[in-house]
This record gives sequence, structure tokens and C-alpha cells, in this order.
Amino acid sequence: MKRVDFRLEPRGKPSILLLAGIPVLSGLVALVLALGLLSMTGAPLGRAVLLLIEGAAGTPFALTETLTRATPLIFTGLAAAVAFRAKLWNIGAEGQLYVGALAAVAVGGHLETPSLVLIPLIILAGATAGALLLLGPVLLKTRLAVDEVVTTLLLNFVVLLFVQMMLEGPMKDPMGLGWPQSVPILDAGMLGQLVPQMRLHSGLILALLAAVAVHIIQRHTFIGLEMRAVGGNAAAARFAGIPVASTLVITGLMSGALAGLAGVSEVAGLKGYLTSDLSPGFGYAGIVVAMLAMLNALAVIPAAIFIAGVFVGADTMSRGLGISSYFADLVVALALMCTLVGSLFLRYRIRILRIA
Amino acid sequence: MTIPHLAGNTVLLRLEGISKRFGGLVANDQIDFELCAGEVVALLGENGAGKTTLMNILFGHYVADAGRVHVVDESGRLSELAPGSPQAALAAGIGMVHQHFALAHNLTGLENIILGTTSSFAVSLRRREARARVSSLMEEIGLKVDVDAPVHALSMGERQRIEILKALYRRARVLVLDEPTAVLTPQEAQTLFSAVRALARRGLGVIFISHKLEEVLALANRIVVLRSGRKVAELAVADANRNVLTRHMIGREIEPDRPTAARPGAPVLVLEGVSCGSGRDRLVEASLTVHAGEIVGIAGVSGNGQRSLASLVAGLERLEKGRALALGKPIVSNPRTMIDRGVGRLTEDRNLDGIVGDLSVAENLILERTRSPAVKSRGFLRHSTIRKDAEQIIRAYDVRCPGPDAPIRLLSGGNIQKLLLARALHGAPRLILANQATRGLDIGATIEVHKRLQKAAADGAGVLLISEDLDELLAIAHRIAVLHAGRLTPAVKTSLLDVPTIGLAMAGHVSGAFADERPLADEAADSARELIQ
Repeated sequence: MKRVDFRLEPRGKPSILLLAGIPVLSGLVALVLALGLLSMTGAPLGRAVLLLIEGAAGTPFALTETLTRATPLIFTGLAAAVAFRAKLWNIGAEGQLYVGALAAVAVGGHLETPSLVLIPLIILAGATAGALLLLGPVLLKTRLAVDEVVTTLLLNFVVLLFVQMMLEGPMKDPMGLGWPQSVPILDAGMLGQLVPQMRLHSGLILALLAAVAVHIIQRHTFIGLEMRAVGGNAAAARFAGIPVASTLVITGLMSGALAGLAGVSEVAGLKGYLTSDLSPGFGYAGIVVAMLAMLNALAVIPAAIFIAGVFVGADTMSRGLGISSYFADLVVALALMCTLVGSLFLRYRIRILRIA
Repeated sequence: MTIPHLAGNTVLLRLEGISKRFGGLVANDQIDFELCAGEVVALLGENGAGKTTLMNILFGHYVADAGRVHVVDESGRLSELAPGSPQAALAAGIGMVHQHFALAHNLTGLENIILGTTSSFAVSLRRREARARVSSLMEEIGLKVDVDAPVHALSMGERQRIEILKALYRRARVLVLDEPTAVLTPQEAQTLFSAVRALARRGLGVIFISHKLEEVLALANRIVVLRSGRKVAELAVADANRNVLTRHMIGREIEPDRPTAARPGAPVLVLEGVSCGSGRDRLVEASLTVHAGEIVGIAGVSGNGQRSLASLVAGLERLEKGRALALGKPIVSNPRTMIDRGVGRLTEDRNLDGIVGDLSVAENLILERTRSPAVKSRGFLRHSTIRKDAEQIIRAYDVRCPGPDAPIRLLSGGNIQKLLLARALHGAPRLILANQATRGLDIGATIEVHKRLQKAAADGAGVLLISEDLDELLAIAHRIAVLHAGRLTPAVKTSLLDVPTIGLAMAGHVSGAFADERPLADEAADSARELIQ
């Protein structure tokens, strides 16, 4: 009798093709799996795929919508990628996004200054707020070894409740007809549109610049090297005299600031004012984006566009076919799992054994 | 009676044409190998020669690409062993004592021995029966150990005995010992050797894996030499000697270590009644002086305070009690300060806290000076300088690697150690901490490391060489002190020492030249005075 057995064996350096291919393949496998589940609802698969693609990129409008959706995801994806690279598990981008947005409206709703002053101020305020929110968990980690996964995750709920409190109370827009929303950001503080008549705004440019900046910091500066060393092997970094704790603090400040910028870009680029449903989980989706990008800052851009495309396309599809738009969440979750499985093959190869 | 008796020259085990590749690396290439009852066969080879891979195939951890394993069964006939199944190997009577023991520390020795031999659903462990069998086994082969003590309370040597008893308890007919003497004092090694001989007389076949020539010559009946995955020689012990074996192992003649003369200068490291660290590895009231221009060796089995001593000098451990001066200033618990002061450090475990595996060779080389103006300007890394420096080091230290941009984890242990040595010696440190500097290296790389350390000492650095390898210490250290249970003997001139004296001190019995030495505090106080003047 023949027995077939599988076994994982370590491989050497993965090729560029493999490095690029695995995330792409993971995304495709996730789509196929999701469509498999979709077929169980009895929906026509061909039409579903067509609607998905059309909704994500079929028209100039669809394309700009996808890019609009991708903008906050690039920021939160970068926030996760920066932190995870140093093995700082920041699960709190959602909360950092909200405090970033809160700071943006606090500054941008009241300060009567020209754009040239106001916009940088708003950006600075949002980034600072996000950074400071993550500082607490990082200090707890470096000083008292408190697990940052727990603290950052739980802070998300605390922040959301805090934002709701502010929107019902001190920061409520008196002209808002009683809705729990903040005052709008002054016109001088709004990020400009990129395409006339479309929602796409210059937050995207900011996001792209941020990705390039993060890439340069990680690859070309000593602080980036220290971050990668701490993430790669904290014990070796410590032995070599790299200040591990302060490197983690700097990493945390960067990560929190990037997530805060996602909030800035959403309120100052898109919505104009803050509500407590500003983010449909951009903070969490950023983790998927970062994993799909294999924590590479530049790869965060296509990964975010892919995830955004799935969200936007799934909206169109669900409207067209009468299916729940939770389909998008399904694809995103599957993409995360597929990437995690896929990244295994960067280090290992499968061997098939036939045993007589 | 528990050990199966088999007739004189029965073949117990036959490996036929075993081949195994890992990617481009040929780990085993057509290896044939036979083991008879009552025989001790040594598997000799440098690190990376393929010894461990071969044994992992035998034991079912890996599946060979080609070749077969035959094992004798109850009826005395050879039959093929199912590949890739440790259970099948155990059932076929193959017992393996790994270099790193696989014992549950919170259980007693006896519990560890019977673990896995009874059904998980069995109501009772039948301890009394088991104890009786284990006692008679210990009696027979002369390996005594307290099997009722929890494993965490046992020394490394005692744990090894538990491992051997575990294999015998499962009625092993073939016993594989992987580098068994690495964790033993010389005296313990002698006890192990006589136990192995007793087992062989009882009809067991023993495979003894080692890279130490003396041990192989002392214990084995037959010697199989592996080099780069191939069997290059198989000879009876009568036909073997050091030179023949070295030539087979390395494939070329090698220039042996040559001791250098010490030219002691001012003290560079002074410890006075120093206590630090915690647990088994705690250092207790240690006193020691290392002068510029000399190599001071610290002998002892690992886990007797070496880690605390090394961590203290490396700037990773806080001083608890006593006085510790490095290069004239108090030692502080800050690695970067120690590096900047001129302390070169080699860690005990390259992969654990030496390298960052995913970073490149060049990046790993500058990890200790990420903030020095030599590697950065205005915060940006000076890539071209860093790369050029790395290329120069790769050439100077003869590092085999694809280039400065390759992830360092792809390199072999010897090449990694050369890079770490280059990093530690950068900027000509005046105090060098070399902790297990040649562990796991082949002879060529070992001698290279020794030469570099000797040269550094000749150029005026003080070297603190912590090692488990007595041959290494006797070859290059000018003075030797011994660590046992956290206590340090005086450092004695190597010429006044022999292996038995050091071995006794490693087991806690200070005698001979160690006992004649002046009380420690005096010496350290002198050094401190000298330093202050």
C-alpha cells in the first residue's frame, strides 16, 4: 500500500518572484474562496465577479472611490507595518485614528487662519494625538512588560466611547440639529479635491508621501536600522547596545502618528466633520493591509488599494445582487488568513513523500 | 535482566546509500554504514559534515531523499525501518540521547523515564515495577543517579544519565549519543565511557557522535569519518591516530594552535568579591584580575555562573555586591557604554543574541555602532561606506557568503562567528570577552578564532576566555580559573595545571595548584591598588 505524506522543509533565500507572488496569490485565493461561499447563496457567480470588478475599477468614478477608500487604509496599513516590523503589536490604530480626527476638528473647527497655516496645524495635531495615545501602552510595555496587544486593543473601545461623549457634549455642533457630530472643519482647513466632481482628495498624496517617507526611514536611516534590529532579534539588539526601549517608543510614536493621520485625512479630506461612525474599521483593516504587504512600506500602497477595491466593489455587487455587503469583510478576513498561510512558504517548501 | 543479549557479531543496523539534500546543500551523500552488536562506532566529523542529519534520518525526524535503513527485529533478522517515523524508530529499539536533552524539568527522573511508555489512559504508572527495573539497569551498567529527584535539581551530567536510562528502559538495542561529553567534566566523561563499554559488552550497539579526536580514539572500536556529507573513511581504532583522523576530517593538513607568551601589563578587568545574576547561573563572590596582554581562561561546565560573569562584563547585568572595574572604571549595566569604553564582546550563543538573522551581513556588522559618525551622517546610513567596510571584513576574515547584502541567517555557524569576531574586534578593544567563542565551530574556524584572540592579546588587549573546552583553554590561555556553582577559583598559570586538577575543580574540589594560590582578595586588592596609582 502506498502512503502519501507531506512535510515542510526549510528553504534558503526566497526569490523576488516568490516575495511578490505570494501576496498576489493570497489575494486571489481569498477571492476564490469567498466566491465559493457566495455561490452557496445561489447568486450568479459570473455576474457577481463582473459587478465586483466594475464597482471597484470599472468607471472613473469607481476608481476614484476605490482610491478614496484606500487613503485611510494606506495610513493605518503603514501604522501597522511600522510597528509590526519592530515587533510592537499595535492593534489600536482604530482608536488612534479617532483621536487624530478629534484633534483635527478641535483645531480645524475654530482657528481662523489661512490654509497655509491651518492645514499643517491640523495635520500636526492629528499626528500628535495618535502618537500620544500609543505612548501609554508602549511605556507600559517597556517599563512593566504589559502586553501591548491587550492595552492597545482595549483602548480602541475607550477612545470610541470618549469620542461619543465629546460629540454628545463639549464638542457637539450647536448648528447640528441635535445630531451627535462635531463642528465642521473650516474651509481653510480642508484638504483639496484631486479630481473635480469626485470625492478623491489630496489626503491620498499625503498618504503616498507618508509611505515613501516610512520606506526611507526604515531603509536608509540609523533609527530605521535600529527598529528592524529590535524587531528581528531584540536580545541581539540589546547585546549590541541598541537602546531597545527608546527604539520601541520612537516606533510607537511613528505608528500612532500615522494612524492619527488616517483620522485627519478622513475628516479634513472627506467628511468635513467628525461623527462616531467615521471609520468602518479602517484601523483593523490596516492590519490586513500590512500583512498583505508583508510589512513593506511601499507595498502597503497596492495592498491598501486592493482591500479598498474589494470594499467598494462589494458595495456595488451587494446592491446589484441583493447580497449582504459583509461579503467585503469576508474577503478581507480570508485575505489575511491566506497571507499568513502564504508567508509560511517564504521560509518553507512542501515536500511530497510517497512511501511504499 | 533487561538488556537484550544478542549473539557476537549480529548486524543490528544497516544504512544503505542514504542521501539528503537541503536546497543546494548536500547534507548526506550516499552514506553506507553498519553497526554490529557489542560495538561502539564513532561518527566523527566537523560541524556541518552531516552527522546529525544522518542520525535524524535514522531516528525518523527527516526522510532521506534516497537510501534505506534496516534494523534488526526481535527474531534477529534485518527489516526495513519505516522512514519519517520516530515512533517506528523507537519501536525498533533505537534510542537517542540528543545534545540538548528532552526532559520535563518538573517531573522526577523516574517519571521522565516511564513517560510515553504507558498508555495515556493507564490508571497507574506502575512506579514500583519501573523503579525496580531502572535500579537493576543502573546496577548493571554502573550509572548511578537519584531518579526520585526532580530533573531541574539535577546537574547536566545526571540529566544525561536519565536520558540514557530512558533509552535503555525502552529496550534500546542501538544507542545513539550525540556529542555526549559537551556537558560533562572530564571525570564524568570517564564514568560515561565505562558505562558505554559496559553496554557494549551487554550486546548493545552504540553510535558515538563527536568531533573530539581523543574521545573517539579512547572509546570507539571503529571510526567512520564524514566530511561535507560524504563518508570519507572507515577504520578500526587500531589503524587510527590523531593525524590520520584530522586529515580525513578536514581534508588537508592544519597548523595547530601555538601557545604565545603572556606579556601582562596593567589590569584591564578587576573583580573583587563580585556577586550578580540569579538562579543556577548566579556568580558568588568572585574575584579575578585580567591584565593587558594575557588570555585568562574560565573553565567549567556551562550553567555554573558563566552567564552571569559574561553578562556583567558585557554590560548586561547589574552588579549586586563587590567591586568590578573594566579598563579602570566601574562596570555599568549599559552595553553601549561598555562597547564605547573599549570592551569587545562575543556572546555565548550566536543565534540567540549575536546576530539579527533577517538583517544583512553588512547591517549586522555595524549593529554595535549604529550611532557612530562612521556609519551615519545627519541620521542617514552611509550605505557605500558600510558596504565597503563589510566587503573588506569578508575578505580579511575569509567569510564564505554571497555578499554583504545577504541575510546573515543563511551563513554557517563558523562564518557567522568570524563576522561577530570582526565586529567585536572593531576599534581594537583593550578588554575582550570571548564567551564560548569556538562552540560548534570546525577545526579550521576554531584555529582562526584562536589566532585572532592571541594576536589581540599580543597587541595589548586582555582576553577573558570562557570555555567548556579544556583543550582550547590549555592551548591558548595563559592562566586558568575554574567556575563551579557560581564560585571562581584563583586563576593559575596554565603550565602548573593538568586535566585532572581542572576536572576536579570543575566538580567543586579545589586542589593542587588552585589550592596553593594566594587568597583571592589579596590579589584583587593588589590589582586595584596598582590600578589606582
